[in-house]
Formats: sequence, C-alpha cells, structure tokens
Amino acid sequence: MSENPTETQGSIKLSTKSVNLYYGNHHALGDITFDIPSCAITAIIGPSGCGKSTLLRLFNRMNDLIPSVTVTGDVFLNDVPIYGKDMDVVSLRQKIGMVFQKPNVFPMSIYENVAIGPKHHGIRSKRELMEIAERCLKQASLWDEVKDMLSKPGLGLALGQQQRLCIARALAVEPEVLLMDESCSALDPQSTMKIEDLMQELAKKYTIIIVTHNMEQAARVSHMSAFMMIDENKIGRLHEYSDTHQMFINPKDKLTEDYITGRFG
Amino acid sequence: MKLKENISKYIFLTLAFSSISALALITVFIIINGVPIIAEVGIINFIFGMSWAPSHGEYGIFPMIIGSVTVTLGAAVLGVPIGVCCAIFLTEFAPPTLSKLFRPAIQLLAGIPSVVYGFWGLLFIVPFIRNFFGGPGLSILAGSVILAIMVLPTVISITEVSILALPKQYREGALALGMTHWQTIRSVILPSAKSGIVAAVILGIGRAIGETMAVIMVLGNAVAVPESILDPVRTLTTNIGIEMGYASGTHRQALFATGIVLFIIIMVLNATAQYITRKKK
Repeated sequence: MSENPTETQGSIKLSTKSVNLYYGNHHALGDITFDIPSCAITAIIGPSGCGKSTLLRLFNRMNDLIPSVTVTGDVFLNDVPIYGKDMDVVSLRQKIGMVFQKPNVFPMSIYENVAIGPKHHGIRSKRELMEIAERCLKQASLWDEVKDMLSKPGLGLALGQQQRLCIARALAVEPEVLLMDESCSALDPQSTMKIEDLMQELAKKYTIIIVTHNMEQAARVSHMSAFMMIDENKIGRLHEYSDTHQMFINPKDKLTEDYITGRFG
Repeated sequence: MKLKENISKYIFLTLAFSSISALALITVFIIINGVPIIAEVGIINFIFGMSWAPSHGEYGIFPMIIGSVTVTLGAAVLGVPIGVCCAIFLTEFAPPTLSKLFRPAIQLLAGIPSVVYGFWGLLFIVPFIRNFFGGPGLSILAGSVILAIMVLPTVISITEVSILALPKQYREGALALGMTHWQTIRSVILPSAKSGIVAAVILGIGRAIGETMAVIMVLGNAVAVPESILDPVRTLTTNIGIEMGYASGTHRQALFATGIVLFIIIMVLNATAQYITRKKK
C-alpha cells in the first residue's frame, strides 16, 4: 500500500483513450480509458482470461507480434500517442521495459544478459557496460549474490534470482516504465517478497504496472488498482479503477468486492 | 488377449532387431574384409601412402582422403551459409504462405536421386567451370557445388527445427528490451540455437562425405593430391564406386579398408553431432 500517498497524485505517465483490441473477430478489450500516474505502482487485477496481460502488452506494443491483432483508440506515453503512425516501436520498448511471467534469462552469462540491451543501443565501451551491469544488478538487489560469478551462465541461477536478473536486464535499458506480467507467479514466497520489496524501491524512480492474480500482492505493493472483468459478450472491460487503499477497504462496486474478497475468480 | 499382446510385441521386437542386425552384419563384414590388408600394408602406410596402384600392390589412400576433405569442405563453405540463411528466412521473415511453398520444395530437393544431380552437374556445372575458370571442369569445385546443393535440405531443416524449438520468451524478451528484429536474431536467437546449427552443419558434412554417385560424375576421379580447386580429385567413396566392379583379392580388400576409414569418419561426425545436441539439454 502507498506509503506516500502524495506520490500517487504525481503527473500522468501513461493513459489509454477508448482502446479496443480485437484478436481477429474476437473483441478482447472494450473501451478502456484510464490514466496511470508516474512513479507509482499500478496493479491490474481480475479473473483469468479477462484481458489483463493483453492490456499490459498494449503499453509496449507486444501485441503487435500477433498478426491478427487490431487496436483502435490510442495509448499515450507522456502525451505522445504510441499507436500513431510515426511511432518507432523499438524506441518505445526502450522506454517501456517488461518483465515476464516466467524468467526468460537468455542462454548466456549473467553479465551478458544485463549488458545486451545497452550494447545494442550503442554503448561500446566495456568499462561503461560493466558499470551499467553493476548498477542494474545492485538496483535489482542481485549484485551481492552474483558479483563473483558474472561470467557464469544466467540459467544456472535459482528461479527467483533469474527473475531479478530479468529485472536488472530491463533496467539496463533505462526505461521510464516497467511492465511486470505476473512476475512473481512462478516464484516461491521468499523470492516473491524480495521482488515486492524491489518494486517498492523502484517505484521511487520508475512507473510500474503489474498484472497479478494475487490479491494480497496487489494490496501490499500497489498504489492504484485496476479491476478488469469480462462482460456478458466476453469483452474485457475495466470495471473499477481507483486508489488501491480505497478499492480494498471500500470498493464502489459489489462485483469488485466479491472478487477481491475471493468469492469468485 | 494376453497372447495377442505378446505376439505383437515379439513381431515388433524381431523387426527392430533385424534393422540393428543389418548394421552389425555390414560392420562385421567390412571389418573382416578390410582389416587384413590394413594390417599387411601398415596403418600409417595405408592412410598416409601417396600412391594408389593396385596392380603394383600399392595401397595408399592419402590422395583420396585429401579429395574427400577438400570436396566436403568446399560443400560446407558454399552450402552452410546458404542453408542457415534460408532457415533464418523461413523462420523469421517469410510470410506463412511463402514458407508453406518453400518447405515442400526443399524436401523435394532431398528427394532428387543423386545420379540426377551428378548428371546435371556433368552437363551444366562442369562445362560452366571449364569455360569460365579454365581447367578440365571436372574438379573439386564442381563436386563442391553439387554437394552444397545436396546438403541444403539437411542443413535447412535441422537449423529450422532448432530455431523453432527455442522458447518464444527469448524472442519476446529481446524485443521487449527494444532490440530490433535483426538484433534479436543475431544476438539472441542464433546464439541460443547454436548447438542445433552446429549439429546441422556436422550432419550436412556427414551427408556430403558419404555421397558417391553424384560426385563420381563430376570430380574427374584422378588419384592425385590436387593443387587447386580446379583440379580433379578422387574421394574415398568414389574410389570404392569406380573400382569395385573389377577388383579382386587384396585390391578388393583395400576397397573394404577404404570403407572402414569412411565408416569411422562418418561415425565420429554423427557422434559429435549427437554429443553437441545432447549437451544443450
């Protein structure tokens, strides 16, 4: 929960305006409009299949990889439309990093995993790359565990460490926003706790959007919560969006209350 | 019911054993026939001997080893980049309609009988080389070109399978870092599929080194260590293919011994390919 409520009232980092998304003929997201504050954690919650991940992937245009997807409406990053014609998807993804559900460490060394992003964005100096790797691994609170084995394969780490390596890798590109798609769901409680602490820490500098199935997690870490639900036509809709504190103590809607108290979903 | 189960089990067992026993039979046969002559000539003299003159009782296969190695290397140099690039194109760039057209076409390439490749090479590649590069045309280069085409299906399909077998999370992870499609391929996809690609290359080489019919027709088959890629050579396989018709006695044994050498080379190549693919897991 928000330790510093004024921060959630910061400027708006991302906003969606009447976004609809279709998989072929299937209308998956219906008329989504909301604003995401900067330097805060926004949680997207809701039952399986309601389009949470699809919504998250809207922000870094990951849905583009699926050929049948069409999007109407637009998403704005710092008021710039990201579905506009002249948007460069590659540079968008440098600004909006992503951590996936399962750690997807590349089959290369720990150092190379972190350095691969900045290296491809033009940083050639070995010393500079090493500095970035150290800074990001420290930010991901992994440095102390791996500093003596940077040339070892990343896949040799424990799952929780791998996920923090993925966070470090995403941070190395210096994004403004970090998307986390159920990034703790494959991890044990201790690793989850570490990553939640990390999120809190990172939220001071970055805008973080998480998708989670875990209500306690949403309540623990997020400042804002977006509750999604599919309607009778199986279209994913944003049902309620408010301050997390507000939503969990006093939900405006009966359906939201039923979900967050665990009556369905 | 139980009986039926047992009967079918033993039928399958018998059939499985018959395929293994074919391997055993061939292995034992060539060893029995080939080893005595190696022992007689001496293994060093046999492998490194420069002179192959069966009528004088001289059995040195070194020129043929050089022939096999150069022709195969040439095939690898020409065929591997094309094959790997083709697989990358099919997995990463080709629209589905095009790859649906490409795949059966490549399979068809594997189905063309080798004698047809050889014939085509003799009528097309050989005169082309003779006219544009000089020499007799029948040459290492001609053999390499033909073999490069023949190994394409192996290299393409195994490379393709190993790229497709990568978790899609690698691709997504790289793209999510703001890497371009090409950077993703070069820095994440290809290094991750490296062991599969190496296996593809080795199996391709194994295929090339064992090929006989196609190369018999375009290599010129002279038993001499070549000085350039435009010189004719004889390979281990073509040596057997050419002389088996009239060989007898120790000459015939020497051909079997050539077969042993070939057999070992291919076994080592296949074992290496298997080792590399298995190490990955």
